[in-house]
Amino acid sequence: MMLNRQPYLPLGLMLLISLALLKLPARTALQAKLAVGSLFLPLFALTASAQELGDKAGSLMVSHTELARQLDTLRRENEALKLRLREAQGILLENQRLRTALQVRGENPRPMRLARVTGRDPANWWRSIRINLGLRDGIPTNAPVVTPEGLVGRVAEVGYDHARVVLLGDPDCGVSVLIQETRDHGVISPDSANPIDNILVEIRFLSRNSTLRAGQRVVTSGLGGIFPKDILIGQVVDFHSVDFGLYNEARVRVAAPLNALEEVWVLTP
Amino acid sequence: MGADAMSRLLLNHSLVMLAAYLLAFLQAKVTFFRDLVGAQPDLLPGLVLYVSLTGGGAQLMLVSLFGGLCLDSLSSNPLGISVLPLFLVGFLIRHNRHLLLRESLQTQWLLGAAAHAGVPLLTLVLLWLNHRTPLVGLFTLWQWVVMTLIGTAMTPVWFQVFDRLSGALNYQDEQSISFRPDRSIKRGRV
Repeated sequence: MMLNRQPYLPLGLMLLISLALLKLPARTALQAKLAVGSLFLPLFALTASAQELGDKAGSLMVSHTELARQLDTLRRENEALKLRLREAQGILLENQRLRTALQVRGENPRPMRLARVTGRDPANWWRSIRINLGLRDGIPTNAPVVTPEGLVGRVAEVGYDHARVVLLGDPDCGVSVLIQETRDHGVISPDSANPIDNILVEIRFLSRNSTLRAGQRVVTSGLGGIFPKDILIGQVVDFHSVDFGLYNEARVRVAAPLNALEEVWVLTP
Repeated sequence: MGADAMSRLLLNHSLVMLAAYLLAFLQAKVTFFRDLVGAQPDLLPGLVLYVSLTGGGAQLMLVSLFGGLCLDSLSSNPLGISVLPLFLVGFLIRHNRHLLLRESLQTQWLLGAAAHAGVPLLTLVLLWLNHRTPLVGLFTLWQWVVMTLIGTAMTPVWFQVFDRLSGALNYQDEQSISFRPDRSIKRGRV
């Protein structure tokens, strides 16, 4: 009633509330955000169950002949992969022997957890996704997130049973990278000119002497301590020099399908 | 305030909060428009617009605060950044609502366009003032136009949906008519 009689009182009140919310200490703000975000858990769980149910119903419709054909294909693929794995294990052992002989410390492979993507950022000006793993599953902040195709991003916020992952190209996801062929270092920043399809990012601060070509592979450099070395990011599309030839910039087509992510792997320590 | 009016008010407030909650969830979950045209439409300004034209000041505050917090919790936005833009747009409309024909389709479209264009712009300004660097480029202009157009087109739909929901879940005011059976003229032979 009082609000109706004094029309500017709500405005003042809301200004105060907004200011108070925006000036909360980072830790408190994050906890409050996670608490509000957890209100959506029932809805996300409900949609995930409905999706699973739909998938199961869909698999019941597949004919016996089709299943037999798929099984046959998978068996052949499995045999080919077993052969490749045997070769790779030989190379790995050789690599370890050489590392020991040269006294070079290598990186141990990190355990991975499969996560389902449950939602995307509702705002158009960020690139992030929500996954169904959290503290309960041992997911830490800054854990790298990958797909078999390449790097996806890093975990930015972790709740009890969900987490938010900032994708490559988001302003909060800087990655130190190198061109695999030439070993030139650079830093990934968002290509803001084309945020429509998430597939292009820009590498800045490449040396002006770097010999760039379209199609060169770009991988993580391992600098910065967040992303392990040699995770594929994508391929160079084009490049140009900036600041009167002071350094180069290159556009990279991201290997991971950032627009169509359904499941991702989180690398845990 | 009587117990009946109080329970009606509580029901209205709960309904508005539920609507805000569901719309924020839909915005994070349904990516049809994002996949099709590269822009995710904003759903909450439509609800704020409806509340500012039909509800009270407290209800407007509630929907802006709760809706904004829900949206920010699902996004990389700092918590609370969407609250003020939603409220400001609703406040301006509510302040002038005695001049507006709420039932008119054209009014709904115009107000829908203003709300859906204003909220993202105000949010971006607040983000910059808060020293955050959102992903903004030439394509943002396209996204803004798409968000405004889809929001404008959806506004009358929201009005229909919310009117029906409100009608179905609330007691309707008793219609007073001037007809009195005891005063009617009996025709024919008695």
